[in-house]
Amino acid sequence: MRRTPLHALHLAHGARLVPFAGYEMPVQYRAGILAEHLHTRRQAGLFDVSHMGQIRLRGGGAAAALEALAPGDFVGLAPARMRYSLLLAEGGGILDDLMVTRVEGGLFLVVNAARKTADIAHLRERLPPEIAVEPLADRALLALQGPQAAAVLERLARGINRLAFMTAAEIEIAGEPCFATRSGYTGEDGFEISVASERADALAQTLLTAPEVQLVGLGARDTLRLEAGLCLYGHDIGETTTPVAAGLSWTIGRRRRAEGGFPGAAAILRELAEGPPRRRVGIRPEGRAPAREGSAIIDHDGRGLGHVTSGGFGPSVGGPIAMGYVETRSAAAGSALALVVRGIARPARIVPLPFVPHRYHRPSTGAPA
Amino acid sequence: MSTPPGTLRFTPDHEWVRRDGDIAVIGITDYAQSQLGDVVYVELPEPGRQLDKGSEAAVVESAKAASEVYAPVSGEVVEINQAITEEPAMVNADPVGEGWFLKVRLADPAELDGLMDQAAYDSFVAGLG
Repeated sequence: MRRTPLHALHLAHGARLVPFAGYEMPVQYRAGILAEHLHTRRQAGLFDVSHMGQIRLRGGGAAAALEALAPGDFVGLAPARMRYSLLLAEGGGILDDLMVTRVEGGLFLVVNAARKTADIAHLRERLPPEIAVEPLADRALLALQGPQAAAVLERLARGINRLAFMTAAEIEIAGEPCFATRSGYTGEDGFEISVASERADALAQTLLTAPEVQLVGLGARDTLRLEAGLCLYGHDIGETTTPVAAGLSWTIGRRRRAEGGFPGAAAILRELAEGPPRRRVGIRPEGRAPAREGSAIIDHDGRGLGHVTSGGFGPSVGGPIAMGYVETRSAAAGSALALVVRGIARPARIVPLPFVPHRYHRPSTGAPA
Repeated sequence: MSTPPGTLRFTPDHEWVRRDGDIAVIGITDYAQSQLGDVVYVELPEPGRQLDKGSEAAVVESAKAASEVYAPVSGEVVEINQAITEEPAMVNADPVGEGWFLKVRLADPAELDGLMDQAAYDSFVAGLG
């Protein structure tokens, strides 16, 4: 079992460690999942996400080359800007979801922990030899998320608050050289901070001296991202789901729709035009019982419509929430259906995603949402 | 040898049971609630249901997962603690008091004698590391 550079810090803060993607990771600290979740929505939560894969693609043609493997417009990505994207299989299924940032001399990728070995092999095999695929194994990744994250970081890195959502900067935070992006996986404003492994503990300790900051484990990371309607790879998306069915068509750039040239383009563009046979939807159970992953979704005649792919209790919602796939004709918001939990059909309703409004920092629009 | 009224008995699945005459009060232990973490949902059986020792009596869900609560003894459900379905956090706050789950009319009080007493349960939990 591998450990992140913050292992000692986790233990010192009473973390409950669980195996996750080959790492010993904190599922929660002493405060517990509910308190950690609510703290992130109200102030600022500090997450260790060092298990995720950080990869540098080096080479002038990296952006164009990556377009052969993912449907994003990377050539049109301005320096220091980033996009959420998908590595696609030939059939149009999803091999991984990732963040792609334009950096000096290439691209910086953040991929899922459980997929990083496969992703690196895939990139090395499919990208032209002049594009170097460099795993940044000597770097930790911290996420500071929540409405107070920017204020906390601005005290330690003057000017960082000028970053807009989905932009990046090389910046010193409390004297440590970092690569920070204004992004995250909670639906809140926040930052992900890449820092040298040997400096991660010192940086985390400094961040924790801020009264607004509390450590938050993977348990709350999951409830936060579910409330934000964000997909978890291997659950809500995977090789058997397409970007269109997953509601991620927005990741396919306009030029890419016109030109194609990404894996599964024919099938995906056809699905985009004709509509997918099933779609990812948000679901609110009417009672209090959470419906977990795998629960059957049925209509009022008992006919199967699909399955829950993520489900649980939403601490900010104050009740159970779920995402799953249903046949497109049953996917309209407001549709009544039922979720089978422990053999009992329980009434539920399709609702728009996200469950909790996003509060990203988009100064250009001036809109808080 | 019979179990005196008011004494707590425990199962290896971390349920507790307290005899009160021919009634047994049932809940989950402090260790169980601490392992579960924040309890967000409790499903209790209908009063009148007959429970066999070891059968599923209730469901308790934390922020992370669902777990079953098994009947430590056989008997008819005579009362359920509706308060914990409305405020599941009571199970975390006071698992052996206000956070009780259900009461059954003991079918066979001798079943209690097969359960662990406090000292045995404490050393069982200590052995779990």
